[in-house]
Amino acid sequence: MKKNWLVLALFAVLVVGSGTALAQAQANLRIDTPAATALRNSLRELHQQLLPYYENGAVGMTREGTVALRDPSKVPLAQRAQVNGWIAASTRDRGELYREIARANGHPEWENEIRSTFAQRWIERSKAGWYYQDQNGNWVQKK
Amino acid sequence: MKSSPRSWIGACAVSVALASCVTINIYFPAAAAERAADRIIDEIYGVKPGAKPSTEKSSQ
Repeated sequence: MKKNWLVLALFAVLVVGSGTALAQAQANLRIDTPAATALRNSLRELHQQLLPYYENGAVGMTREGTVALRDPSKVPLAQRAQVNGWIAASTRDRGELYREIARANGHPEWENEIRSTFAQRWIERSKAGWYYQDQNGNWVQKK
Repeated sequence: MKSSPRSWIGACAVSVALASCVTINIYFPAAAAERAADRIIDEIYGVKPGAKPSTEKSSQ
């Protein structure tokens, strides 16, 4: 009799636990905090600035979910400092966005997984001709 | 036979331990994270919702 109760109690705990996990897996992540929205707006503007340099291959997507100057020769000398500034700002904003999404969803420890999810999706959603880093860090042109 | 307080304490301890395993090891919601990433990235890339960038021709 006692054993039955114990089994039942354990079963109930498992059901509730897995139900919670499932609900969390299906729900959308929160991405609309004021900080996240500000970062998204900033990144949208930076994207417009960097777009010509994605297209000519000067700038590429890293495997860490950031952007990097991969071919400085494709940026006119006069613009190099400015482009470097946009790259640094974009990299900083992306890092902050990953941290903010993890924090906004109550799991700061998810930051790295969010970063690697984004790293894959930036590349997946990028246009043919843009460059990205593969798992070994080599630059590859998107087909 | 009555269940002794000790066995109840034991059962509770096991339950709590199991529950915390489930809670702490809540797996990363990969599908939700992908959806969130796609929404943000499409917005930043300037892709309209529902449009598929892979099927688009060149941007200009």
